[in-house]
Amino acid sequence: MPAALEGSQAIARAVALCRPQVVAAYPITPQTHIVENISKLVADGRFDCELVSVESEFSAASVVLGAAAAGARAYTASSSQGILLMTEVLYDISGMRIPLVLTCANRAVSAPLNIWNDQQDAMAVRDSGWIMLFCADNQEAVDTTVQAFRIAERTELPVMVCVDGFTLTHTLEPIDLPSQEDVDAFLPPFEFERRLDPARPISQGTLVSPEWFPEVRHANYQALLAAEAEIEAAARDWAGLVGRETGALVEADGPGEARTGVLCMGSIHGTLEAARAAAPDLEPVRLIRLRCFRPLPLAAIEAACAGLDRLIVLERAIAPGLGGVLTTELRAFFADRADAPRIYGFAVGLGGRDVPLETLGRALASSAADNPRHFAVLDLEPEKLPEEDR
Amino acid sequence: MDHQCPDPDRLRLRQPRFQGLTSGHRACAGCGAAITARLVLEATGPDVLVANATGCLEVFSTPWPESAWRVPWIHSLFENAGSVAAGMEAALKAQGRDTKVIAFGGDGGTFDIGFRALSGMLERYHNVLYVCYDNEAYMNTGVQRSSSTPHAARTTTSPPGKARMGKRHLKKDILSIVAAHHIPYAATASVAYPPDLRKKVRRALAIEGPTFLHVHSPCPLGWGHDGALSIEIARLAVETGMFPLIELERGGVTGVMPIRNPRPVAEYLRRQARFRHLFQDDAKAREELEHLQAIADHNIEFYGLTGHGPDALDTEGADTAHRGGMRWA
Ligand SMILES: Cc1ncc(C[n+]2csc(CCOP(=O)(O)OP(=O)(O)O)c2C)c(N)n1
Ligand code: SF4
Repeated sequence: MPAALEGSQAIARAVALCRPQVVAAYPITPQTHIVENISKLVADGRFDCELVSVESEFSAASVVLGAAAAGARAYTASSSQGILLMTEVLYDISGMRIPLVLTCANRAVSAPLNIWNDQQDAMAVRDSGWIMLFCADNQEAVDTTVQAFRIAERTELPVMVCVDGFTLTHTLEPIDLPSQEDVDAFLPPFEFERRLDPARPISQGTLVSPEWFPEVRHANYQALLAAEAEIEAAARDWAGLVGRETGALVEADGPGEARTGVLCMGSIHGTLEAARAAAPDLEPVRLIRLRCFRPLPLAAIEAACAGLDRLIVLERAIAPGLGGVLTTELRAFFADRADAPRIYGFAVGLGGRDVPLETLGRALASSAADNPRHFAVLDLEPEKLPEEDR
Repeated sequence: MDHQCPDPDRLRLRQPRFQGLTSGHRACAGCGAAITARLVLEATGPDVLVANATGCLEVFSTPWPESAWRVPWIHSLFENAGSVAAGMEAALKAQGRDTKVIAFGGDGGTFDIGFRALSGMLERYHNVLYVCYDNEAYMNTGVQRSSSTPHAARTTTSPPGKARMGKRHLKKDILSIVAAHHIPYAATASVAYPPDLRKKVRRALAIEGPTFLHVHSPCPLGWGHDGALSIEIARLAVETGMFPLIELERGGVTGVMPIRNPRPVAEYLRRQARFRHLFQDDAKAREELEHLQAIADHNIEFYGLTGHGPDALDTEGADTAHRGGMRWA
């Protein structure tokens, strides 16, 4: 039975259903409501966990690292500056292959200070070795949260569940929360093989010399690639259990004759769908949503892009001195493909700028020119800038 | 028949102490950090989890695929041992395990970069014993100053020269800062007094809540002395008043190791190359020597180190501290 829940509240309830034994977090907009809701669930006796209200995000990540290493299912959440403050620990968690789940309520990164939604924070930690999943809506955020624990624990890799700040975290939607029985059936108790235990003392996080380091990195790299199968299995098994589909790696839909694809991550997918439905006289467009950003599911992306002449990538972040992260990665991947689409990249909705229905038409119109190396801020209003900055 | 009063030495031989940190690690000969870790674990026994900050102790003990640790051990980063330990403790609590968590950090990982994590762990009252092995500089990166480096000491980032006499600032009083968190127990100890150190560990372990042990741990490489002299030098630090051995409960001093006849600070300083520049014929050098003597005098006066009460009996089980006339074991 769907109930009207705020995104953060729904995510908090989903986390509680997963029964993590340790939760550590530090408040930051727009993640705050998640932590507040969890705190209230704990205070009301509806969620039994060790809630560690830490003094910084650096410690939030460190606490869950220690907790999971000691064998507890652990959860944290953050945004923006908090994610960047955690960065060193994020690398450490994945490097040690410690499974845990983090919700990233995506937000712009300072300066200038901006609390609103884009995905710069997640892009800043794209090489930290985490599995990174982007949710299209709050129902998917709930379902992905449950899946994330299973994926993490089976792959022994940390999972970051990205939800667009405000757009999702602060929006009331009808949500179908899974039952405790379903979650318990899907998610057996966490048994960490390498947990710190006096009965079997092991050393973790040791000094690794050049003699071994490349092998360790290779193993991590392979593990992240291999995680694709677990991400797909989790989505499939979850759909089988609760009868509700989530994305897995990549989702694509549109008329068969479409020769143009528009690719994005996160909640703007819904906007693009609505835009396409609202403008039947637009050229046929295939909408492609990357739910899994790390590992980058190249085979699934290639399949989703089959037959396209033109691929427009809409990014919620910008890589200064380069352009777009995803645009660049996809251009690199398609570079040696004979039938590769021309790839256009745009940043859109930076720092919470509204992404209206007109975005789709504007993206199509702006990528008609024959310059596929192009990257631009699609919704720029140049008249606001002095001449030399345009 | 002596069954009522077994010879303690023979008993000890039959029951060797638990070696949580075994031999074979790569520490320099005479490394105080290694002695600290070994002594602490002798007192804790095997039922502990250890979190270790980046630094010499971590690096010399775990060159993959080897490890000198015989207890479950984890190293994460330089500045988060307090938080990692807090997370481990939270996990144990959630699982209903009553194993104790020990964190080890050098002075850099404790006084400086890891201070936030330490403070948070103490304030949230995690059941963790935090041990700072204090070798008074960043040794692992080649002897740079920390906020624990004593005034006027030479390090590679506080070198003496025409315009400077070594470190310009004072050693941070970490124990007072830690005690200001109102934790049940905080104490200093020294590798020169193993029974006292072990006793303080046992005391800390018996307490449910955050406890802190600050252990003076000579570094032959960084201090510039022969490794064979580590214990002698550590003892001189105590006997001169440079490193008072004290205990605090909820912020109040409850025990001090008395010094009957304080030795001149110069005896401690002279044995270490890091203070050599203080012994040149130079007015500024003499001034700094006086300054350091004044610091020791202040410690002696402030903590009443020459006060009444029994002398330190440096034997296992004997009183090595006195608290308001009360003896405790
Ligand atoms: C964030 C970060 N900054 C700097 C370093 C480099 N570093 C590693 S150990 C260390 C010094 C450690 O000093 P201390 O805590 O006193 O321990 P010791 O080496 O003396 O045992 C430094 C600066 C690091 N590992 N991480
Ligand atoms: S440099 Fe100092 S602290 Fe490091 S191993 Fe050597 S003696 Fe020990």
